Amino acid sequence: MIPGPFHYHRPTSVAEAVALLAAHGDDARPLAGGHSLIPMMKLRMAVPDHLVDLAAIPDLKGICEDGDRIVIGATTTQREVIGSDLLAARLPILAETARQIADPQIRTKGTFGGNVANGDPGNDMPALMQCLDAVYRLAGPDGSRTVPARDYYQGAYFTALEPGELLTAVEIPVPPAGHGYAYEKLKRKVGDYATAAAAVVLTLDGGTVATASIALTNVASTPLHAAAASALVIGTGLDAATLKAAADAAKAITDPATDGRGTAEYRREMAGVMVARALAKAMRRAKGA
Amino acid sequence: MNEMVITRAEREARLEGMGCKRKRVEDVRFTQGRGQYVDDIKLPGMLHGDFVRSQYAHAKITRIDASKALALPGVIAVLTAEELKPLGLHWMPTLAGDVQAVLADGKVCFQNQEIAFVIAEDRYIVDDALQLIEVEYEELPVLVDPFRALDPEAPVIRPDLDGKMVGAHGPRKHHNHIFEWTIGDRPGTDEAFAAAEVTVKEMISYHRTHPSPLETCQCLAAFDKVKGELTLYGTFQAPHVIRTVASLLSKIPEHKIHVIAPDIGGGFGNKVGAYSGYICSIVASIVTGLPVKWVEDRMENLSTTSFARDYHMTTEIAATRDGKVTGLRVHVLADHGAFDACADPSKWPAGFMNIVTGSYDFPVAHLAVDGVYTNKAPGGVAYRCSFRVTEAAYCIERGMDILAQKLGMDPADLRMKNFIRREQFPYQSALGWEYDSGDYHLAMQKAMDAIDYRALRAEQKARQEAFRRGETREIMGIGVTFFTEIVGAGPSKNCDILGVAMFDSAEIRIHPTGSIIARMGSKSQGQGHETTWAQIIATELGIPAADIMIEEGNTDTAPYGLGTYGSRSTPVAGAAIALAARKIRNKAQMIAAHLLEVSEYDLEWDIDGFRVKGNPERSKTMTEIAWAAYNSPPPGLEPGLEAVSYYDPPNMTYPFGAYFCVMDIDVDTGVAAIRRFYALDDCGTRINPMIIEGQVHGGLTEAFAIAMGQEIKYDAMGNVQGASFMDFFLPTAVETPKWETDHTVTPSPHHPIGAKGVGESPNVGGVPCFSNAVNDAFGFLGSTHIQMPHDAWRVWEAAKRLGAHG
Ligand SMILES: Cc1cc2nc3c(=O)[nH]c(=O)nc-3n(C[C@H](O)[C@H](O)[C@H](O)COP(=O)(O)OP(=O)(O)OC[C@H]3O[C@@H](n4cnc5c(N)ncnc54)[C@H](O)[C@@H]3O)c2cc1C
Repeated sequence: MIPGPFHYHRPTSVAEAVALLAAHGDDARPLAGGHSLIPMMKLRMAVPDHLVDLAAIPDLKGICEDGDRIVIGATTTQREVIGSDLLAARLPILAETARQIADPQIRTKGTFGGNVANGDPGNDMPALMQCLDAVYRLAGPDGSRTVPARDYYQGAYFTALEPGELLTAVEIPVPPAGHGYAYEKLKRKVGDYATAAAAVVLTLDGGTVATASIALTNVASTPLHAAAASALVIGTGLDAATLKAAADAAKAITDPATDGRGTAEYRREMAGVMVARALAKAMRRAKGA
Repeated sequence: MNEMVITRAEREARLEGMGCKRKRVEDVRFTQGRGQYVDDIKLPGMLHGDFVRSQYAHAKITRIDASKALALPGVIAVLTAEELKPLGLHWMPTLAGDVQAVLADGKVCFQNQEIAFVIAEDRYIVDDALQLIEVEYEELPVLVDPFRALDPEAPVIRPDLDGKMVGAHGPRKHHNHIFEWTIGDRPGTDEAFAAAEVTVKEMISYHRTHPSPLETCQCLAAFDKVKGELTLYGTFQAPHVIRTVASLLSKIPEHKIHVIAPDIGGGFGNKVGAYSGYICSIVASIVTGLPVKWVEDRMENLSTTSFARDYHMTTEIAATRDGKVTGLRVHVLADHGAFDACADPSKWPAGFMNIVTGSYDFPVAHLAVDGVYTNKAPGGVAYRCSFRVTEAAYCIERGMDILAQKLGMDPADLRMKNFIRREQFPYQSALGWEYDSGDYHLAMQKAMDAIDYRALRAEQKARQEAFRRGETREIMGIGVTFFTEIVGAGPSKNCDILGVAMFDSAEIRIHPTGSIIARMGSKSQGQGHETTWAQIIATELGIPAADIMIEEGNTDTAPYGLGTYGSRSTPVAGAAIALAARKIRNKAQMIAAHLLEVSEYDLEWDIDGFRVKGNPERSKTMTEIAWAAYNSPPPGLEPGLEAVSYYDPPNMTYPFGAYFCVMDIDVDTGVAAIRRFYALDDCGTRINPMIIEGQVHGGLTEAFAIAMGQEIKYDAMGNVQGASFMDFFLPTAVETPKWETDHTVTPSPHHPIGAKGVGESPNVGGVPCFSNAVNDAFGFLGSTHIQMPHDAWRVWEAAKRLGAHG
C-alpha cells in the first residue's frame, strides 16, 4: 500500500498543464483531489511516472452561470458543489447526488472534474451528467474541444480523453424551473459505491410527463443513459404499470458484474428498483408535493 | 479539620471505586493523539520489513529470485525459507499444536501466504523491492469448500504431515483432517432422539469473518548484539506468552527478552497468536543488529492474520410436543484453513464449543467437531468471544428458534419453558460445565416487559397480513436471544497455553504517601483497564482511584500473566487484583492496630481505613497507614506495603443476557432497518457501568456487522474477496443502530468480587439476535433457516426464493 516513485509537477495554467501532459504522454496523469488516483497508486494498479497537480490552476475552479447553462470548473470540489447556492436554486440534483458520494472527508478533497473524467463506472456524477445531457470541455495540445457526456465513456477507465488532454469544465443545460428530479442510490454503507443508482430529471405538463431523462450508475462498465426507458414514460402519469415498464427497459440495458454488493442478477434488479423509485420521487417533487 | 466533617458518602465517592461511572483515564491521551502505538515508536537506525506474498491459493514454488531486489539501493536483505532453515525457524509451532510455515517452504497453501521478507532502509524502498522479486509457481488444485476436504481425492494441502495419522488432538481420518473432538453421551443422546415426539435438524453455518482491529498487527524488534538482549515491541494481547514463545524459538534466555506491548488499537482475538512478521522481524534484527519494524497493511491483516468462525454446525434438537427439550446433537465441520493456528487453550481444539447447550436444561447432549484443512488463511481465533462461544451461542439460539417454529410456539415462551432454573445453580451441564450462577427467568421477563414483547408480536401479525394483502412491501422481524457465555479461562485443571496454566496476576505497591502503582499480567487493547483496575483497588484499599496508576504490557515489570482475551481479564486478573489488595489490607490492619494500640481483632474496615469497633472516632486512614509502613512498622513486621497475587480460578464465570431486536426489511431491496435493539446483560458485579455500556455498544456494533454482512469470502480458486474496508463491512456511525442497554446483577459466587466479565457478551448474544430477527421476518413465508451473513443481496435472494417478489 505504498505508491511507486513518481515526479510531481504543479503547473499554474491550463496551457502549462497541457504541455506537461503532452510531453510525458501515457506516463503522465493529472492529479486532482487524488481520491481515486492515489488509492490506485497505493495498490500499484496505477504507476504514473509524472503527476500533474491541477490544484494551482485558478482557471479550473468555480461554478458560474453562462446563459441557459451552468459551467462547473474541473477542480471544484464535491463539497463546493454541495455548498453552492446557484446549484441549489437551478440544479438541486447535483447536491443531492454529491451528498451520496463517499463521505465528508473524501468530498472535501475529491473534485467534480476528477469524478467525471476518471471513467470509473462506480462514480456517481457521470450518470448524472448523462441524465442532464452535459458537455465536457477538454483542452489539449491541439486546442479545445467539447464532448457530450453521453459520448465520453467507452469502458471502465476508458474515455474519449486523449493523452495530453485535460478536462477543464463541464457545461450543464439548466432544466426548466419546477422540474422534478431524484438521485436514488442503493449502497451498503457510507463511503460505498452504488450497488445500483438511478438519476432522473423530468418535467410535467399538467399531470403527465412532458420530458424525462434517466441514467444509471455502476450497472455496466460505463454509466448508462436509459433512452428507451426515458422515452417510455413521456406522456404518462407514471402509473404502476409505467413504472414497471420503465424499470424493465432500464434493466434491459444493464450488464452489471457480480461483486461484494451482490450478484449480477441482484444488481440488475436493483437498477430497476432505483429507476422506479427515482421516477416516483421526481414526480412528487415536480408536483410540488 | 475538613477531613473530619466530610460525610461517609463523600468519603466513598472520593474513592471512585467499584460501581462508579468513572471517566476513562486513558482517554485523556487517546483523544489528544498522545497514545503510543507500535508504529509511533521510532528507534535510531530502524529498518523496515514487509512480505512478498503468494498470488495463488495452492501452488508449488519453483523459483524465487531476489537478485533485482537486492540490487536496489537501500535494500539490506531478503529472507526466504532457505535463509531461515539453518536457524530452524522456517516453521513455527502454533498454539493449537500444529506447525505453520514462517516463510513458504517449497509450496504455498493459501493466497497471500508469506514467501519472502524484504528488509530495507525505508518503507518505500521495501515496497519497491517487493515488486522486483520474481517468484515462479506451479499451480496445484485448490480446495476451498470444507465439505469437500475429506473427499478421498481431495488435494493434499499439507504434505509435511504425510503419514502422520495422529495429530495434536488424536487420530486423523484423512490427509486433510486435523482432529475430531467429541464430548457428551452419544448413546444416551441417540436414545433421546429415538424416543422424541418432535425433532428438528438444520445445518447452521457461521461464516468466516475477521476481528479487524483498527490498528493492524505490527512489531518492532531490536536486538542488542553486545548485551545479547532482544527488545520486542508489538501489538500483543498476551505479551508474556509471546516472550516465552520467543525465548523457546530463538534460544535467547527469557530474561534477556523484553517484550513491550504499548497502547493497542483493538485486538478482538487478532493479536493473541504469533505471526510470521514477528519471527522475521526478530531474525532480521539479529542478523542486521538494527531495529526492524513490520507493520501489516489492511489487506494483509484481513487476508492473513487470524480469521474467526467458519463453523458449519449441523444441529439437532429433540423435544416433547409441548416444548420441553430432551436432547441436543451437534456436529461441527470446522474450517481451519491451511494450518491449525486456532488460539484456544491447548486441550481445547474446538474451544468451549461444549457450551452449546446454552441456557437450557438439556438432560442429554452430544457434540462432535471435525477440524479440516483448506486452502485458506489460518486462524480461528475468538473474535470478541471466549473460545468458540459465539459459534455455540449462534448454534443453539438459532436452533431454539427453529424448534419454536416447528412446534408453533412463541420463541420467547419456548426459552422460558426450558431455562435452567435459579435454584439449579451451580448447574452441571450435559456437556460438562458447572454454571456458576444465573437467574434467567428474571432477566428474560424484565427484557420482555421492557420492549413490550407481546405488543410487538401483535404488530408483526398485523403487518404480515398487510403484506399478504399487498399493502406494504416491508416485513417485520423480532429477534429473540438468550445467551449464556463461558469466560474467564481458566482453571489450571483444564486450561493452559503451551503448558502454562491460565492464571493471571497482579502486583500492587503502595508508596509512603499513599499513592499506588499496580501492574497486571493482563493487557488492555481498549477495554479501559487503567480505569477499572484502579476502581477495584480503590474499593478494596480505600485509596482514591485517581491516586492509583495501572501499568500493563511490559514483561520486565509486570508479573507473568496470560493476557487479555476471552473476557478473562476481570474474572482472572480482576480476582488477582482484589486478592493482592486484600493481602495488603491484612498487613495494613496489623499496622493500624499497632498505631491505635489495640488488637487487630478490635478493628473493622470502614471505607478508606480501619476504625476501632464501638469507638469509630479512633481510626487510621490507609494514607496514614501507608506512611507508617515505611516510617514506623510494628516490631517484627517487615516495612513496606505491597503484595503480589497469582490467581488460579476455581471455575469459569457464566455471564448471560437477554437481547431483542426489532427489524423492518424492504423485500424489494433486501435492506434491513434496525428499529430497536434492546440488550440486557448480567455480568455479575458491575465495576464501571459506563465502561460496561461502552463495551456493550462496541460488541453489539461488531455483532451487527457480522450478522449483516461482514465476511471473508473466497472464490473457487481460493482468491480472497474483498479484503479491504470497501467490501469488508465495518459499520460507520451512520449504519450503526441505536442501542438500548439494561442489566440484572447475579454475582459470581466463586469470584472475589462477584464479577463475571462483559466485553464479549454483546458479540456472542448480538449475532444470533440479528440473525433470528431476519429469520423471524421470513418465517411466515415458510422459511426455516436463512444462512448468514444477511447482507442486502442475500436477504433479497431469500425473499425471492420465498416468492415475496410476486
Ligand atoms: C473510500 C472512497 C469512496 C468513494 N466513494 C465514491 C462514491 O460513492 N461515488 C463517487 O462518485 N466517487 C466515490 N469515490 C471517488 C471520489 O469521489 C473521487 O474523489 C473522485 O472519483 C475523483 O476525483 P478526484 O478529484 O479525487 O480525482 P483524482 O483521484 O485526482 O483523479 C482521478 C482520475 O481522473 C484523472 N483526472 C482528474 N482530474 C482530471 C481532469 N481535470 N482532466 C482529466 N483527467 C483528470 C486523474 O488523472 C485520475 O486518472 C470514492 C473514493 C474513495 C476513496
